[in-house]
Amino acid sequence: MKNVQNEMHIKLLSKSTNEAFSRSVISAFVLELDPTIAELADIKTAVSEAVTNSIVHGYRRESGMIYIDAYLTSDRNVIIKIRDRGVGIEDVQRAMQPLYTTAQEEERAGLGFAVMQSFMDSVSVKSAPGKGTTVTLKKRIVALR
Amino acid sequence: MLDTNYDNDKLTVFLSGEIDHNRAVGLRTAIDGRLTALRPSVLELDFSRVSFMDSSGIGLIMGRYRSIGLMGGELRVTNVPDNLSRIIALSGVNTLGVMK
Ligand SMILES: Nc1ncnc2c1ncn2[C@@H]1O[C@H](COP(=O)(O)OP(=O)(O)OP(=O)(O)O)[C@@H](O)[C@H]1O
Ligand SMILES: [Mg+2]
Repeated sequence: MKNVQNEMHIKLLSKSTNEAFSRSVISAFVLELDPTIAELADIKTAVSEAVTNSIVHGYRRESGMIYIDAYLTSDRNVIIKIRDRGVGIEDVQRAMQPLYTTAQEEERAGLGFAVMQSFMDSVSVKSAPGKGTTVTLKKRIVALR
Repeated sequence: MLDTNYDNDKLTVFLSGEIDHNRAVGLRTAIDGRLTALRPSVLELDFSRVSFMDSSGIGLIMGRYRSIGLMGGELRVTNVPDNLSRIIALSGVNTLGVMK
């Protein structure tokens, strides 16, 4: 990764209370780039989606650790990787389609990836069944005028 | 835990704070408990004090749309703050005729 001006790495247990925790930590970390309230809300929402997916899908059978690696670059990009070593996704393209969910009975809407894609500049997903899933979120924070 | 008002066959639930997966699980059980006990003809979800919501909140709305629908009642989603309007629009909840 080029032009990294700050970075942060956290490892946390797949407990649902850690959804709010990871949102707060990311939000505090990104403050250095002076984001608008709207930009901050977008990032918090996308991170919440990815972390929740690791908890409810990745570690649905047994709990495990979630790894969050975040970077700020000198060209004002925020890059956040959220990784689990859970069950993985067989067909990533299908999983990313809006309304697709494997957890209908838990009242999941199938919108997590759609939200990440709409709220961030880019979303990439790497996954393999039995190995786990890595979601990389990217957003450029517009400079204050 | 659940801030509600029951009046004239209408159950209003005042949601607040951050609605994520962790919160949604408890809210779902609590709201459905009240619905089963009261069987109101209208369920109003008031979002005025909600500061954050992700797709788990959408699941909560869609699920309650179903619960009250099964009882022959109507869902109303009210006072959605501006900062939640994008996720609401993305979800299509606004096309169900429940936004008041
Ligand atoms: N970390 C993960 N590990 C394993 N499977 C995943 C992971 N993330 C997503 N998935 C799979 O991709 C599907 C779609 O995810 P998405 O977040 O879009 O919807 P959802 O989580 O099912 O519903 P919502 O996010 O609206 O509550 C999930 O139902 C699940 O099958
Ligand atoms: Mg999801």
